[in-house]
Amino acid sequence: MSAAKDAILARVRAAVTDLRAPVGARGDTPWVDQASAGVAETVELFVENVVDYKAEVVRVAPAGVGEAVAAALTAYGVTSVVVPDGTDPAWTAAVPETVRQVSDDGLSSAALDGIDAVVTSSAVGIATTGTIVLDHGPGQGRRALSLVPDVHVCVVAADSVVHDVPEAVARLHPQAGMPRPLTWISGPSATSDIELDRVEGVHGPRTLHVILVEGW
Amino acid sequence: MSAVGPVQQTSPTFVGMPKFPYAARSALGNTQQRRNLAHATGVIRAKRAKVVAEVPRWEELRQAGADAKDEVLGHLADYLVQAEEALTRGGAVVHWARDAAEANRIVVDLVKAVGTGEVVKVKSMATQEIELNEALEAEGIHAWETDLAELIVQLGHDRPSHILVPAIHRNRSEIREIFRREMGLVGRPAPDDLTDEPRRLAEAARLHLREKFLRAKVAISGANFLVAETGTLVVVESEGNGRMCLTLPETLISVVGIEKVLPTWQDLGTFLQLLPRSSTGERMNPYTSMWSGVHAGDGPQNVHVVLIDNGRTHVLADPVGREALRCIRCSACLNTCPVYERAGGHAYGSVYPGPIGSILNPQLRGTASEVDRSLPFASTLCGACFEACPMRIDIPKLLVHLRAKVVDAKGRNTAEGRAMAAGAWLFADARRLEKAQKGSVLAGKVLGNRQPPPLPGAMGMWLGARDIPDLPAQTFRQWWNARGSGSTGGQS
Amino acid sequence: MTATPTSAPGLAPAAAADPAYRGRPGAGTTVALFAACYNDTVWPGTPISTVKVLERLGVRVVFPRKQTCCGQIFTNTGYAAEAIPLVRGFVDTFAAFDYVVAPSGSCVGAVREQHHQLAERSGDAGLVREVAAVVPHVYDISEFLVDVLKVTDVGAYFPHRVTYHPTCHSLRVAQVGDRPQQLLRAVRGITVVELPNATECCGFGGTFSVKNPDMSISMASDKARHVRETGAEVLVAGDNMCLMNIGGVLKRQRAGVRIMHLAEILASTEEDPA
Repeated sequence: MSAAKDAILARVRAAVTDLRAPVGARGDTPWVDQASAGVAETVELFVENVVDYKAEVVRVAPAGVGEAVAAALTAYGVTSVVVPDGTDPAWTAAVPETVRQVSDDGLSSAALDGIDAVVTSSAVGIATTGTIVLDHGPGQGRRALSLVPDVHVCVVAADSVVHDVPEAVARLHPQAGMPRPLTWISGPSATSDIELDRVEGVHGPRTLHVILVEGW
Repeated sequence: MSAVGPVQQTSPTFVGMPKFPYAARSALGNTQQRRNLAHATGVIRAKRAKVVAEVPRWEELRQAGADAKDEVLGHLADYLVQAEEALTRGGAVVHWARDAAEANRIVVDLVKAVGTGEVVKVKSMATQEIELNEALEAEGIHAWETDLAELIVQLGHDRPSHILVPAIHRNRSEIREIFRREMGLVGRPAPDDLTDEPRRLAEAARLHLREKFLRAKVAISGANFLVAETGTLVVVESEGNGRMCLTLPETLISVVGIEKVLPTWQDLGTFLQLLPRSSTGERMNPYTSMWSGVHAGDGPQNVHVVLIDNGRTHVLADPVGREALRCIRCSACLNTCPVYERAGGHAYGSVYPGPIGSILNPQLRGTASEVDRSLPFASTLCGACFEACPMRIDIPKLLVHLRAKVVDAKGRNTAEGRAMAAGAWLFADARRLEKAQKGSVLAGKVLGNRQPPPLPGAMGMWLGARDIPDLPAQTFRQWWNARGSGSTGGQS
Repeated sequence: MTATPTSAPGLAPAAAADPAYRGRPGAGTTVALFAACYNDTVWPGTPISTVKVLERLGVRVVFPRKQTCCGQIFTNTGYAAEAIPLVRGFVDTFAAFDYVVAPSGSCVGAVREQHHQLAERSGDAGLVREVAAVVPHVYDISEFLVDVLKVTDVGAYFPHRVTYHPTCHSLRVAQVGDRPQQLLRAVRGITVVELPNATECCGFGGTFSVKNPDMSISMASDKARHVRETGAEVLVAGDNMCLMNIGGVLKRQRAGVRIMHLAEILASTEEDPA
């Protein structure tokens, strides 16, 4: 095993003896992005681009999240929803009793497959690409929760939306010793594998419903 | 220990492939495939152009991407060691493989240790390159491809013809037939009322694969990027099959080419702009997964990374050719290439087709085989690929570089070599050229505006569908000389 | 000849004194014509037209007779060693001139992109320096007219419907941009129609056309079809080899479309129509 490592590293070193620049000679990692015209424009662009992926977006004040969650679950006709640890209780307070709320006590994949929906918060939004990033911290659940159920209701704080990708990457830098897994989500799952004809909805949630909270 | 890395062994599937022009000729005769390809590449070219135009600093991004890769390639040993340390710190087990056989053995042993007879797979060029599925099958382990296009290819007992859209050569009705015929043989059958609507076909794949995702104990992936600074692996995908594989099974094995390393976390800010826009023509692909080793209570708890050379260090040793290792497998060069659009991917005799394949294969595998010798010539050098490449790989320059290598290896004692030597002799002195021109003028006078008789060889091929121009009765030099110094004068 | 350009502002004393040049955009400028070997031999009308246009604009044109070939055919076929003496010949021939002008985007592109690579390959540091000194003085005819003489209306007259094919090497290697179209649009009497899929290669590619004949013919046939769709009487481009390829198909199909180099249209006048 280490013989292979030694051999590969020796080959690699032998291959580049013509190069003289020291490691890191290029300097700081460049940051090439688009400038925002302002916070309001950034949020508008985010909404526009999320909608462009055929995701639903509703915009609410902080006090309206619970109503919006309940309305979404009702509209999609779900009968069960998994609620990650750390979710603000107000968000699920208005969910009707006809929808079974399930907490994640180590649900098996098969058990998760029997649940219709999931409600999560999110870490960062990106305007230029319409992307939502989950770092799977409190309120976001482990990765399987926002994957297996077919409806993903995702709460995004407007002030977590950055303008472009490099800023999001900087915000998500894994802290030493505590790296988190990340899931970047841009619309519902999709494929263009058949004649390059885009179809929304394959293995991941076929419905992505975004609740954008402004004035948090 | 300081020898340059060897070339990779051509995998059994591609041994004995004919040279490109022959394979391309039969592809040109497949009108269904040509229609499918022309449509698909046309759609994706337009999508890419639209989303690239949205980014005002695109050229700066390309440069930043190229610079990051050059930084890594110039100090690959340092970055690989840094990546291994970070991965190990995160709880992953790192393995090293010099070639395909070694990589396959590592993976097979890991799967056997789990004691399962099947694995689910995320679409991965590296595992196709090493023919891992075949190695697993030989040990009685079923490898289920889960990307829709890979599933179509696998169920159709076919080969991928495109890096991003491996079933690009198939249309919807062909796919429906494959699903109806094959799905039931390996799992949940396709619905009886399956139509050829893409939505219904995607739904059939969802139903067919879900049981496999839920029960799999081992998943195998590649990686788009490996961040040396943080030991983070990144997989970029669309359907969610990647997330299923990367999240649900207990064991995850990722096979990663050594050139996939990025120096810093912040480099992702560049690459996550360049890759989706160049590849699928989207602002961002639907799903990107990042993990840094094992995450307690979330996802696979046994995480392995197999770093493979398999010819890459051979490429790295060529100061001109190493630029090809910047490739991030986006396939923009395929989509824009007029030759690929007509030939399709199979004619290239490798899992890496198109312009990038034409410069990668003869470097990874060397130029001992017919097909690898012919690939550098499978281009008009039109430059559309270089223009589209997010990593600024100067593909035409590398093609020309590899052509010289092919000629040098073959030697000059060939009909072409002798013709080239004669041409070089002729052009070495303008007086020789002037004498030779008298012959062409004579031919012009003889032929007038008639076409020459049918000719064998190269000229005959030219004349197959094209006329040649009428030859002039006077060359430019003769005109210039006859004109005398005139008002503005000649000069010798 | 030395590697130092002779007349910095391009002012040849004899020409500057000639009253016939005064007031014209090219007055006082001397250009060395690089005809390109295949133009010289097969399409003399193109360099002749280039001379006519330049002289009409007051430029003094010289034709260094030592010139032969830029070496591209050798380089692109894999015969770099054979191309290196031609690079040496090119710099020897043209080092003394402020302006070297060729009616070929492809040859200009080869000089710009490949000559320094070949010089480096030769290991001759002197050649590397000489190439670096000469290359900035080399122009495609469209670049010289638009950028140096700063003219788009060259006094041409061509009352026909034309379509322009931007050859790959003009577009992506020499990078002449839309200069040819600017020049064409300023021609009196002309109708310029857009060519569908204009930027797609015609399939020539030098020896590609004989090494991959089926592919080459397929591409040329598609290009010819697009040309016919425009209803143009004339297909114009900045490279005769590409025109030969597309024109070969058009001619075989009896399509009745003439092929012409850009320089030939620019040379055309009421008195001396092309």
